[in-house]
Amino acid sequence: MYLARVTGRLVAAHKYEGLDGVPLQLIQPLDERGLPMGGQLVACAVISSGPGDLVHFVDGREAALACPKSFVPVDAAIIGFVEQAIANGVRIGS
Amino acid sequence: MLIGKVVGSVVATRKDEKLEGRKLLVVQVHNHRNEPTEQYVVAADSVQAGIGDMVLYATGSSARQTHATENRPVDAVVMAVVDSWDLGGDNVYEKWRGS
Repeated sequence: MYLARVTGRLVAAHKYEGLDGVPLQLIQPLDERGLPMGGQLVACAVISSGPGDLVHFVDGREAALACPKSFVPVDAAIIGFVEQAIANGVRIGS
Repeated sequence: MLIGKVVGSVVATRKDEKLEGRKLLVVQVHNHRNEPTEQYVVAADSVQAGIGDMVLYATGSSARQTHATENRPVDAVVMAVVDSWDLGGDNVYEKWRGS
């Protein structure tokens, strides 16, 4: 899993069955110092996250297990809020 | 998932028989600011996406989690047609505006 900042929201009415009602959000993965790491991507938001939130997400096939229906082509899912993260003694922005 | 634009399709009559009847789309990867990148992928289609559609595609083992790609040698699948997205409230792409 990785830390990320939620940056936006994406609307796709026409998507693979089983994903109806699952919100899609853009996220920017963060490294251990809280700095952007790699490009932004789109994840299923299975919690009530929104732009600006510090979250953690799971990628790969396991992301589908976080969705209401698990037989879905999903490779990223936001699974939790992060109140506080400390790495190497440094607090990562919340 | 990543954002991309369907820019073409692949016709391959001689291929692994497990790919019979699977439509293959050529997708140009776009970044979150809707700028085209130099990256392309060939992805199976699971939502009847058409050329010119902005789509989302999943990669890796997740790509096999559709009826069209289950147990098939596929590592990228188009799984949504994008209507719009914003970044912090600023609209970046709106399908009805064609950009």
